[in-house]
Amino acid sequence: MNMRPPPPKRVLGRVFIPTVTLAHGGGGKAMKDLIDDVFISAFAGAAPEVLEDQARFDLTMLATHGDRLAFTTDSFVVDPLFFPGGDIGKLAVYGTVNDLAVGGAKPLYLSCAVVIEEGMKVEMLRRIALSMAEAAHEAGVTIVTGDTKVVQRGACDKIFITTTGIGIIRPGLNLGIDLVKPGDAILVNGLLGDHGAAILCARGDMELETSIASDCAALHGLIEVLLTAAPGTRCIRDATRGGVATVLNEIAEASGVSIEIEEALTPLRDEVRGFCEILGLDPLYLANEGKIVIAVPAEESAAALAALSMHPLGHGSSIIGHAGRGEAGRVTMETVFGGRRIVDMLVGEQLPRIC
Amino acid sequence: MKYTDEFRDREKAKVLIKEIDKLAATIEIARTRPINIMEVCGGHTHSIFRYGLEGMLPDAVELVHGPGCPVCVLPMGRVDDCVSIAERPEVIFTTFGDAMRVPGSKKSLQQAKADGADVRMVYSPMDALSLARKNLDREVVFFGLGFETTMPSTALTVLQAEADGIKNFSVFCNHITIVPTIKAILDSPDLHLDGFLGPGHVSMVIGTAPYEFIADFYKRPMVVAGFEPLDVLQSVWMVLKQIKDGRAEIENQYARIVPEAGNNAALAAVGKVYELREFFEWRGLGSIDHSGVKVRDDYASFDAERKFAIPGVKIADPKSCQCGEVLKGVIKPWQCKVFGTACTPEMPLGALMVSSEGACAAYYQYGGVKKHTAARPNAQPVAVS
Repeated sequence: MNMRPPPPKRVLGRVFIPTVTLAHGGGGKAMKDLIDDVFISAFAGAAPEVLEDQARFDLTMLATHGDRLAFTTDSFVVDPLFFPGGDIGKLAVYGTVNDLAVGGAKPLYLSCAVVIEEGMKVEMLRRIALSMAEAAHEAGVTIVTGDTKVVQRGACDKIFITTTGIGIIRPGLNLGIDLVKPGDAILVNGLLGDHGAAILCARGDMELETSIASDCAALHGLIEVLLTAAPGTRCIRDATRGGVATVLNEIAEASGVSIEIEEALTPLRDEVRGFCEILGLDPLYLANEGKIVIAVPAEESAAALAALSMHPLGHGSSIIGHAGRGEAGRVTMETVFGGRRIVDMLVGEQLPRIC
Repeated sequence: MKYTDEFRDREKAKVLIKEIDKLAATIEIARTRPINIMEVCGGHTHSIFRYGLEGMLPDAVELVHGPGCPVCVLPMGRVDDCVSIAERPEVIFTTFGDAMRVPGSKKSLQQAKADGADVRMVYSPMDALSLARKNLDREVVFFGLGFETTMPSTALTVLQAEADGIKNFSVFCNHITIVPTIKAILDSPDLHLDGFLGPGHVSMVIGTAPYEFIADFYKRPMVVAGFEPLDVLQSVWMVLKQIKDGRAEIENQYARIVPEAGNNAALAAVGKVYELREFFEWRGLGSIDHSGVKVRDDYASFDAERKFAIPGVKIADPKSCQCGEVLKGVIKPWQCKVFGTACTPEMPLGALMVSSEGACAAYYQYGGVKKHTAARPNAQPVAVS
């Protein structure tokens, strides 16, 4: 008789040394221990019975959420790893959640691949994993698969994280940056440039003391509220690298419209304004991690603004301008002073001016 | 924000524009051609574009964007020298941010960094000095760049380094002086300038007396101007008023910052550390007598030029580049043959396309809206990353 006893419940491995070494990337027991101790325990909370090489989804279950799958990936590299308002772990979760949400998708599952530089403190890795777990919980997504690599010192900067996400778009919802029409209102959901300014300050080489914190946040809830209030919403984009200016240019070009915004209506906190004045930076190009640019038909703009403003992540929301029939692809801004200038795509990166 | 918003008041701007309009209409030359006023300083160029001032001014007033962007006028040969210093294994090369992108004949500092050179962005020469303190086994070189505005801070850093006995710090001095350059522009035979906006922050250091020759000898009015948009408009009005009255004087609109006599402590530090070079090479303008400074012999050990053997090769400006004519106001940026085609901010051929303070880059990036169709005939959409 083939009466084998049931397999013993899997016991999670533990890491007992303080730093990550190349052995932790070797594929053997050390690696399993690191994954168990740091990631599995943070993400799942308990040991799954069996670890497979892939996550598996029930298609019927997915189909209850909608009729299209949204799929996206993003890599996260940031210096410093921990900064006021967030850390690389939160960014990695929120960033991918937002990339799904701005397409109108309900974010469901994430993968998490990490490349770790040898010498990284296990404790710090643990903090990052716990932060990711917390962020995922908050965003209502599950981290279902992952990968861990360890590279030689100098081959990466402490840790790089790649997250891939899937979400489901409900029937009838169609957002696209090519759908904006002349007359549409352009909105943002709050104060701009906080993340970019916070990171530059946190690097510490400017010796500027500010209270600016990153705005990083998961925006799927806010977007849901917005889409209910303004069902005709044409497009949503998160204004990450390259800032609001870059997104506006992308929209204007894809939709073949002009976009006119007003400087006086672009919401900025005083610290960020001051920071930009000192360094000669343009806040419109600073990165955000919790801000979106939205285009809605004019008749829905008041409802959209009201809905955004009432949401905790929509404080400072503003209608900053509108799409027009001017030169297609051209973004212009009426300055606070009453002049008008072109807001172009950024070439390369923003560098502080000499004097 | 206090002390900035007051200078960006759009209601006051409307009043001033109306006054400028009225005044310009009464000036004789405006009947046949626009009145050309050059802003010498790149900071003004930046303000003019950032606030869209060109589009607000009447057609009778043209702003000509002058040579006052120190990043722009740096010749290719000097950038090559920077790269050669930066690529020495013992060197940490420190620089202000916007100098990273200036193209040399082979590469920019940004490219040199990507190729392995230890190039670091700093916000003050004092940051470079602290790097030297922390890295005693390395040679820290600061890229001294800019007009009289930034000269005192490098001079003081050298004095501090000497006082502290720091041996592994030096300055690659590319500081330039504005007055000989204005003179060179005024001497140019194809000159079309009726007046100047004087550089506010340079004047904060040197005072207003060094400009007297512009009024006395060349009979052109100059108004030393602040950098907020109302400052610029008021200064334009003051220049027009002088033209209207038939006066040529040096006036100070920026008196809240600029003392007539300049800053003696700053000048003393500059005088102690630097002396005039016989000539200095400018991108777009060629060699100009006494337009640059070098480190004095007393401080030779802090002079990167002497510490390291630099190639010092002169590289001619590309032939197709018309920066010199743009600088002198002979042509507008978009009238240059290569504007927006062979010469773009991604691949700048000429000096003025390099920094956002350069007239061509400013046109390309911000554009005077009313002129930009003319300004960007060949503009290509930029690829999205």
